[in-house]
Amino acid sequence: MSIFIDRDTPVIVQGITGKMARFHTADMIAYGTNVVGGVVPGKGGQEVEGVPVFDTVEDAVTSTGAEASLVFVPPPFAADSIMEAADAGIKYCVCITDGIPAQDMIRVKRYMYRYPKERRMVLTGPNCAGTISPGKALLGIMPGHIYLPGHVGIIGRSGTLGYEAAAQLKEHGIGISTSVGIGGDPINGSSFKDILERFQADDETHVICMIGEIGGPQEAEAAEYIRDHVTKPVIAYVAGLTAPKGRTMGHAGAIISAFGESASEKVEILTAAGVTVAPNPAVIGDTIAKVMQKEAA
Amino acid sequence: MDIHEYQAKEILASFGVDIPPGALAYSPEQAAYRARELGGDRWVVKAQVHAGGRGKAGGVKVCDSDAEIQTTCEALFGRKLVTHQTGPEGKGIYRVYVEGAVPIAREIYLGFVLDRTSQRVMIVASAEGGMEIEEISADKPDSIVRATVEPAVGLQDFQCRQIAFKLGIEPAMTAAMVRTLQGCYRAFREHDATMVEINPLVVTGDNRILALDAKMTFDDNALFRHPQISELRDKSQEDPRESRAADRGLSYVGLDGNIGCIVNGAGLAMATMDTIKLAGGEPANFLDIGGGATPERVAKAFRLVMSDGNVQAVLVNIFAGINRCDWVAEGVVQALKEVQIDVPVVVRLAGTNVEEGQKILAKSGLPIIRATTLMEAAERAVGAWQNDLTQNSRMRAVQ
Repeated sequence: MSIFIDRDTPVIVQGITGKMARFHTADMIAYGTNVVGGVVPGKGGQEVEGVPVFDTVEDAVTSTGAEASLVFVPPPFAADSIMEAADAGIKYCVCITDGIPAQDMIRVKRYMYRYPKERRMVLTGPNCAGTISPGKALLGIMPGHIYLPGHVGIIGRSGTLGYEAAAQLKEHGIGISTSVGIGGDPINGSSFKDILERFQADDETHVICMIGEIGGPQEAEAAEYIRDHVTKPVIAYVAGLTAPKGRTMGHAGAIISAFGESASEKVEILTAAGVTVAPNPAVIGDTIAKVMQKEAA
Repeated sequence: MDIHEYQAKEILASFGVDIPPGALAYSPEQAAYRARELGGDRWVVKAQVHAGGRGKAGGVKVCDSDAEIQTTCEALFGRKLVTHQTGPEGKGIYRVYVEGAVPIAREIYLGFVLDRTSQRVMIVASAEGGMEIEEISADKPDSIVRATVEPAVGLQDFQCRQIAFKLGIEPAMTAAMVRTLQGCYRAFREHDATMVEINPLVVTGDNRILALDAKMTFDDNALFRHPQISELRDKSQEDPRESRAADRGLSYVGLDGNIGCIVNGAGLAMATMDTIKLAGGEPANFLDIGGGATPERVAKAFRLVMSDGNVQAVLVNIFAGINRCDWVAEGVVQALKEVQIDVPVVVRLAGTNVEEGQKILAKSGLPIIRATTLMEAAERAVGAWQNDLTQNSRMRAVQ
């Protein structure tokens, strides 16, 4: 199966009664995702987009056997919702919400570690576009039609830049095994390295594409992991070559504050680890296509 | 969000961190009056701006008399202070803080940060206070002491003692150091700070530990639960374009180029800037209009980008997931009808409802230059600006 989600993975949507959550729930169902319910405290018993709403994640898991959750809850309550999912036995959680306080996320991560590894929830996001395994399931807000099924695994911080990469690959007729958004926040559920581990172990993924940006140590950490443990070809792009130092570029985490956090330094670190770096965002697709041709030859 | 030194000190003092006696002034006369109130015979006058490096830039002066305070302040007030952190435009001085001078025995660097590697709060300290932390890590990396805070139980006293001993604080003052560290951590934790920096933290000649300078930065995402911190916002310290953007819920950073950018998503916005540069242009701004952009929001974005007089072409790049291209297209059309825009506008739409979006743009009858790929969009924006230049110069030549 794909990493994280498959055609039959039962999915719930936390915060399903919100306007955007409804829109994207309908979209996910239309894509073929097995959405089995939603959770909104106090709205248990209602129905949204043909699926039942529960008061608690625990109720939803008991009644539907849900294994994955998509969190669409507003920022002040999102951390609480993620912890509720972790406690109820959800295996994989994607948090879309942008604007969660960093210290809330520190507590969420600490809370998740109270469970032994075999029943510890995996979180991607927050502030991400979600995860898609094309042709199988969509757990997020991305436009499904730009992703062809195939063998490139994508990991990215930015949602829309991930779409850009997928659309360029589609132009080349190249498909994607799974695309995972890890989000643009400084404290996030999974790092590049965490997802690289999954793709390295995934039979359906032959090539990995990593889309980074300025700020934080996670690209450098990923480079070290790639050098020592990843045998599949890795292509990367790092956004923000023109970004000034010390300024937050939209994403809370996109700020150059230490050595090794600028785009050019990250490009250097990744290149040294054997990663093929696309020199600009317009040629991410071309670069992957070239690497794949070379692999095939 | 940043606050001033005097505000950070007030907050830290309320958590048990000792600070020298000091008072705020809005004019030279008031500063001299405050000094008399404080008493003593030597004071430090400190320009209150949201930037480090004030001392080297001439924003911190030691004065020995009322008259000296008066003349020092007359030179400071209303001036722009340019430090290595402000950029060439500097930051305006509208407040000064007057502090009683303190006999310093030694200086310590103390910082609390969100450490992205351990994903926890980290304490960074060094016996080499007074220097910037960047200098310390470059010149004296071995002097740096670090400790991370376990979020479930918070900072422990033994960790504070470890830091105190590693810094060589005298045993008699360990308790004061523990109180200082715990106070800073509680201030950080309870107010959702992302950074607390005391540089220097000083040991005085009479064996006290005092925060001689203080800097606090707060998590913008947590301001909703700290209204008393939000009130400390000082717009005089912000780029006016960025303040306007923040008030409208848009994320904007002003740059020096001439191609205005309106993009959804921070990563794509940075990538768009990079592509403009590659196509031979310079971006005028970073602007992320975020998810769920309504026509009103797009119109606001146009007004904001056009408020920069250097903008000679606008590039709209929307890849719609949570957005929908038809909404964005309506926004572009509405904005171009409302806002007087006399520069070329290039629009690239992709993603959800792209066909509807393209139809709306085409039907509008407006002179919108359309593009399908990112590279094409950047090339057309740069090309349109260059064409516009040539046409304008030709027109001038004809006249």
